[in-house]
Amino acid sequence: MTTFAFALLFAASVFGYAWNRQAASSLRNDGQRLHSLSGFHGLYSFLCVSIPVFVLILVWLVFQGSVIDWLVTAPIAPENYATLETGPKQLVLAEIKSIAGGRIFGTPEDWKLAAAERLIQLRTMSAWLLLAAVFALAVTQVLRARRRVDADFRARQGAERMILGLIQFCAIFAVFVTVGIVFSLTFETIKFFRMVPPLEFLFGLNWEPQIPIRADQIAGAGAFGWLPVIVGTMVITVIAILVAVPTGLLTAIYLNEFASSRARAIIKPILEILSGIPTIVYGFFAVLVVAPAMRQFGADLGIAISPNTALAAGSVMGVMLIPFISSFADDALSAVPQSLRDGALALGATRGETMLSVLFPAAIPGIVGGVLLAVSRAIGETMIVVMAAGLIANMTLNPLDSVTTVTVQIVTLLIGDTSFDNPKTLAAFALGMMLFLVTLVINIFALRIVRKYREIYD
Amino acid sequence: MTDMTNRSAGKSNAEHISAGLARRHRKESILKGFGIAAISFAFLILGILLMTLVSTGYKAFTQTHLTIDVYVDPDVITRDALPRGAFDDLLENTLVEEFPDVDSSQDRRALLRIFSNGAQFTLRDRVVENPDLIGQTVSLNVPVADNFDQLNKDLISRDTPEEFRRLSDQEIAWFDALDEAGMISNPINFGLLTNADSRFPELAGLKGALVGSFWALLTCFLISFPVGIGAAIYLEEFAPKNKISDIIEVNINNLAAVPSVVFGLLALAVFIGWFGMPRSAPFVGGLTLALMTMPTIIIATRAALKSVPPSIREAAMGLGASRQQVVFQHVVPLAMPGILTGTIIGLAQALGETAPLLLIGMNAFITSAPSGPFDSATALPTQIFIWADSPERGFVSRTSAAILVLLAFLAFMNGIAIYLRQKFQRKW
Repeated sequence: MTTFAFALLFAASVFGYAWNRQAASSLRNDGQRLHSLSGFHGLYSFLCVSIPVFVLILVWLVFQGSVIDWLVTAPIAPENYATLETGPKQLVLAEIKSIAGGRIFGTPEDWKLAAAERLIQLRTMSAWLLLAAVFALAVTQVLRARRRVDADFRARQGAERMILGLIQFCAIFAVFVTVGIVFSLTFETIKFFRMVPPLEFLFGLNWEPQIPIRADQIAGAGAFGWLPVIVGTMVITVIAILVAVPTGLLTAIYLNEFASSRARAIIKPILEILSGIPTIVYGFFAVLVVAPAMRQFGADLGIAISPNTALAAGSVMGVMLIPFISSFADDALSAVPQSLRDGALALGATRGETMLSVLFPAAIPGIVGGVLLAVSRAIGETMIVVMAAGLIANMTLNPLDSVTTVTVQIVTLLIGDTSFDNPKTLAAFALGMMLFLVTLVINIFALRIVRKYREIYD
Repeated sequence: MTDMTNRSAGKSNAEHISAGLARRHRKESILKGFGIAAISFAFLILGILLMTLVSTGYKAFTQTHLTIDVYVDPDVITRDALPRGAFDDLLENTLVEEFPDVDSSQDRRALLRIFSNGAQFTLRDRVVENPDLIGQTVSLNVPVADNFDQLNKDLISRDTPEEFRRLSDQEIAWFDALDEAGMISNPINFGLLTNADSRFPELAGLKGALVGSFWALLTCFLISFPVGIGAAIYLEEFAPKNKISDIIEVNINNLAAVPSVVFGLLALAVFIGWFGMPRSAPFVGGLTLALMTMPTIIIATRAALKSVPPSIREAAMGLGASRQQVVFQHVVPLAMPGILTGTIIGLAQALGETAPLLLIGMNAFITSAPSGPFDSATALPTQIFIWADSPERGFVSRTSAAILVLLAFLAFMNGIAIYLRQKFQRKW
């Protein structure tokens, strides 16, 4: 049915276009001087029809689900539905839906069958109503647009105004996404803080996210102190940066100063492959190769290394970040004015000395910006740590131990079934909020440094 | 002052410099050496990574099959009972005929385990499709169970003592006898691409994941491409220089650096929690990926628009075109190769993205390919995640094989992007 609605939208828009265009052409053929080309009259009608109808369909689709759910459940006796908690409510609804879909398990109660019946009726009705509404709106718009065709009608300006509005909306859409992120995270985080006090979350030393099955269970309440999680994140990030920064910088220095342009043309794309590989592949690599190799190496030296040591996840993440750092550093080095380089060489410095004592210090702000962005990436990186790091929050700085990270906890808390009313699920949103804030601050700071630095030399 | 002391020591300036020159050059070559070492390190890891994937993955591109003639016994299978029937007994009897000395019912069951679990269903489907086969002999070509597959590919060593091996000596002897009889083959594993997921490694394939990824990417493209281009055109060509434009711009740059898992949280809370969209649906996945891809497309499109020289705009303006006519009829078409390149690269990133899809439940275990964008499905990277987490040994090589498939798609998409750039991008 939805497909049909879209087809109708398309047909009506094209018809409006052709009709208006044809009308304008015949005006011109009668000898009148048109203000706008006939194509613009067509375009005007096309936009007049397609934009409102498209919005109508979208709004309908977004709201029809919840409206139908509400209408289906409203007549159910309160003791069967309205007084239930969210979880059981969803179960009842899911059962009604599967009955409506023809998948009946066991013998459902009569009221469920009735509700399913109602659901089917409502769905059909909604589909027909949508079609009727789309048709009515499309016809009105086509006629309205057609009525405006006239030699003096400024169709081009009209169409251009609508197009400008459309692309303006596209640009603002990006802001909506950010607002959506902030709102959804804040909303769920506030719910979380109603169950767990913020001070406990921010300064607690234990992270044991679980919900009691029975009220009298030992350690049933769970603990939601995020410090061990953030410490784990820091440990892995530091390892990743320790691998990525020296390698990335040396690579950039070599590429920028010593490599021939042919070598550059070969080396750079190969390095880019490293950044194009999906992170889940790195995660698999860490689990399959790096972690066992490190464990073996440790065993040979007589050191006990945990199977999901922070070292494995961190170093693999570091490898992933090498091209990131090197391309940032390369850009920063290239942005240093040629005059500085020439000056140093003219004074008799070797190329190495020029690099180390002139270019590199001059490029440091840009490099720092790149490193900060890499830090924010490492903090937010998910799949490598989900696969290679641990699940238990250990308060330790030992890189050989298993630690967990913010992203690992978010994923493990939300995998599987989720309802939005227990602290275990909501804790993931609180962690997400912290992650978003931390990376946002680092990003803003880093982007500012990079931009400011560019301005100095421009 | 230093000059004076040097002179007094009887050395000229040039002599002084040349004395240190060797040391300075040595220092320079050390720096150069470090640079080469760093690059070699990165290349080495890349090489190990790819080698590991190929060496563990290539074996999953073939699959050990057992070809056997099965007599569809009318005493066991009756036409009226279809599709029910003891097809496993049928297979068991057939194998027992090969090994007449097996008589205990325990051994008979063990013998049946040479077949993949899906073998009886393959047989059943064929008989259901053509009931005339009852009473006839059917030639069946089916995968063997994972352990035997691994034995055939030398992943299970015969030298391991029996108690540490997942196959008993007896089972290996049976398998070797079948092999000797020419009933074992190792054809190319088309099932890897044409089967959906399964608990049994020998039957598991990527079809569901490929179809799911296709729907997700299509949704992602249909949303992020028009919106991204529209936003970029507005910001680059029409936006007035004011506070609001600045905010939008800073916002897009920051959005590009937000961790992907946060987009997953947004999708979970907004799309699934508030709008009530279905979990695990490729449509929701595509929507989420679209939000992440959009900044990439916007940034690439703006760069492409910027590279179109002002002379084009001025010429069009001079001929009386309106601002929008200039942009939509001249600038955008000229910038199209750059825009497409950026879009394809953005989509390639989206194809490999895993974390947000995990949060919206696209890691469910689903044994059939989705028939539309609203059905539950997995995607390629989440399928890799599921397989990587599976305890069965057979999934290790399947995971590598799935990664190779994913990397092949990424290489293909990036290849197109590079081709477009080389072929169409003009230097003005």
